[in-house]
Amino acid sequence: MAEPFEPKITAFVCNWCTYAGADLTGTSRIKYQSNVRVLRVPCTGRIDYMMVLKALHKGADGIIVSGCHPNDCHYTSGNYHARRRWMVFKKMMEVMGVDMRRITFSWVSAAEGARWAQLVNEVTDQVRALGPYSEFRQIVGAGIE
Amino acid sequence: MSRIGVFTCHCGENIGATVDCAKVAEMCKDIPGVAYSVDYKYMCSDPGQRMMQEAIKEHKLDGVVVAACSPRMHEPTFRRAVANAGVNPYMCEMANLREHCSWVHEKGEATTHKAADLIRVLVEKIKHNEPLFPIKVPVTRTAMVIGGGVGGIQVALDIANGGHKVVLVEKSPSIGGHMSQLSETFPTLDCSQCILTPRMVEAAQHPNITLMTYSEVEKVDGFIGNFKVTVRKKARKLDEKLCTGCGLCIQKCPNKKISDEFNEGLGTRTAIYVPFPQAVPNKPVIDTLNCTFYKTGKCKVCEKLCPTGAIRFEQEDELVTLDIGAIVLATGFKLMKTDVFPEYGYGKSKDIIDGMQFERLASASGPTSGVMKRPSDGKEPETVVFIACSGSRDRSKGVPYCSKICCMYTAKHAMLYKHKVHSGKAYVFYMDIRAAGKDYDEFVRRAIEEDDVKYIRGRVSKIYEEDGKLVVMGADTLMGGEPVEIRADMVVLATAVQSNEGSEELAQTLHVSYDTYGFFAEAHPKLRPVETNTAGIFLAGACQAPRDIPETVAQASGAAAKVVGLFSNDELTREPIVAVVNRLPAPAYSHCVGCFLCLSACPYQAIEQEEIKSRSGEVIKTLARINPGLCQGCGTCVATCRTKAIDLQGFSNEQIYAELMTL
Repeated sequence: MAEPFEPKITAFVCNWCTYAGADLTGTSRIKYQSNVRVLRVPCTGRIDYMMVLKALHKGADGIIVSGCHPNDCHYTSGNYHARRRWMVFKKMMEVMGVDMRRITFSWVSAAEGARWAQLVNEVTDQVRALGPYSEFRQIVGAGIE
Repeated sequence: MSRIGVFTCHCGENIGATVDCAKVAEMCKDIPGVAYSVDYKYMCSDPGQRMMQEAIKEHKLDGVVVAACSPRMHEPTFRRAVANAGVNPYMCEMANLREHCSWVHEKGEATTHKAADLIRVLVEKIKHNEPLFPIKVPVTRTAMVIGGGVGGIQVALDIANGGHKVVLVEKSPSIGGHMSQLSETFPTLDCSQCILTPRMVEAAQHPNITLMTYSEVEKVDGFIGNFKVTVRKKARKLDEKLCTGCGLCIQKCPNKKISDEFNEGLGTRTAIYVPFPQAVPNKPVIDTLNCTFYKTGKCKVCEKLCPTGAIRFEQEDELVTLDIGAIVLATGFKLMKTDVFPEYGYGKSKDIIDGMQFERLASASGPTSGVMKRPSDGKEPETVVFIACSGSRDRSKGVPYCSKICCMYTAKHAMLYKHKVHSGKAYVFYMDIRAAGKDYDEFVRRAIEEDDVKYIRGRVSKIYEEDGKLVVMGADTLMGGEPVEIRADMVVLATAVQSNEGSEELAQTLHVSYDTYGFFAEAHPKLRPVETNTAGIFLAGACQAPRDIPETVAQASGAAAKVVGLFSNDELTREPIVAVVNRLPAPAYSHCVGCFLCLSACPYQAIEQEEIKSRSGEVIKTLARINPGLCQGCGTCVATCRTKAIDLQGFSNEQIYAELMTL
């Protein structure tokens, strides 16, 4: 019997809110599924959505982008830039036929340890149900490196 | 080829119990570029650090991945250790095996694999790391203290006595805070005003302290050592230089029936007022919401009577921008109101009061001059019930935490009442008595044993009025839950301590973190309790969590020591995590095409336009240039740049894509 499918989840998180929130999840010993790999950036404003596409191309089946809640950005407004770009990115991806259930945009503050565990579990379950995202890798085509 | 060392820490059992560290170390040996990989029980310990430094020298390592706890915890520790071994500290990265792996997953193969993956990501990143050098910035040796309660006053005095300038900003018309409202303080029963007011005067007269009362922080720009703070000086409607504080205007103001905030609504004040007689500064303000002139356009009695002509009805708020090196938050707390308790009648009964109202009733400077009179009819209460934990430790009120001070002040209140009304009966309903502190438990015992206060362990389910009495229905859980009914004249609710009004907005203005309850978050709960995660901003007192006076003062001195320490440097070093615009040889000069989208995206105005000129002075190209002194390293400009001319040191495109390639 084939092994059950375990999705790869890549999370792009900001240093000040979500990364700290995920640290709090740890300090509070709240358990969640281990499929997620966290990439730390200073701010969600740093995230170029090309990175998200690259992650999907390189084998991620689901993506989390998470930073500070509106008004809470350590850098005043980086999260607003991220949100604006996200709106455009989302529309564009929908037009291009990318399954947006694969990409989750969220906010987790430094105080929301439980929220982070919940988010990771929700995304992992959803992506597990969707199966591997080989479709995307077919769109992109093999061997572009 | 890089020579990277991977050091996997067991953190005792913290990582070792769920992650097979030896196996992780073994797996990491196979990652290309890894020259050395080892695991150890406590990497952050002295022997651990020494082992790392020896390995760096022995194996000629040029990059280090420490797989241990969160970089938010020990990154500075390990970067220092690496630097001491002669490697640039920014060639060290941390993989978070503890908070992001061992503590949140079950023991097993998948967890060990995740640990190895986390390391692999950073090994790839480090291959693209470049040595970075800290940026030096000057320090403005002026501190700002926000909040003029006992905590803020202590911080200001300590910094000022350390020889530095302090600006003390207080939103109400006088400094003093909650402590100036208290009657007496536990566990010594010394008069609160008697110990506080000399401190207030000292702060006001100190040559290094500038008081800004009736003022609020509006905007904060800049960074540690170099903040620019905009303060709104609310219009007192008065020329402070001319006012002598004679008080004639207050005496003659015809509008005398305004509820007095300082007396918690138990007394009245005039429309032009000082909050209390010992106010510092002793200069009145006009309450424009209640002043007859602002309502009807007529009156101006105060203006006609003022001997120095100090009244200024047309005065407007003033915005003042100050250069500040460090900020201390000491904004205190608020008490939950009595109107949120349906079981206690939504605070409709005038004789159900909160702890602060009781303080005013007991205070010699209060509305009753310290004589025990119940608010409804002014009669001396013969029976008083005190209810501890009103709202605290109550999830349904959104306050699961312990408010910490109530056990003590309830004992104090019961005691003060018994001292004033010798024949009176005092009952305290409590859940637990939490009297941890020097002389605290003895104090509670004194209330019970010497002053004959009846302590009943149980909750009150209902209070209702009957024949001018308040019937308190409770249960005594130490008597098997037997119902208790007390016919009281007055009930005092020790309501929960909550974060102050506007604290979340202030946190957002200053970019400091706050918790679910609106209390400001410290950088580390044990080891950095007076710092925030924003460099140069510190905390003192109940704005961080419920605190009593001794703790607030201790924390205030701690915060002051941090500020004085900061100011002892001539210049500060800052993390070199800043954005840079690339430079190329002529004729391109840079990938930057001068669209300046980055300029509008930058939250710090750190991006300037730089003109490239020919020898004849002709402008050939206009490029973006980033001022490393102002850049905070958020990277928003990097993601905005269309031509990828900007990159962020420490989180460059190369580094992030290298991390992604490992997935």
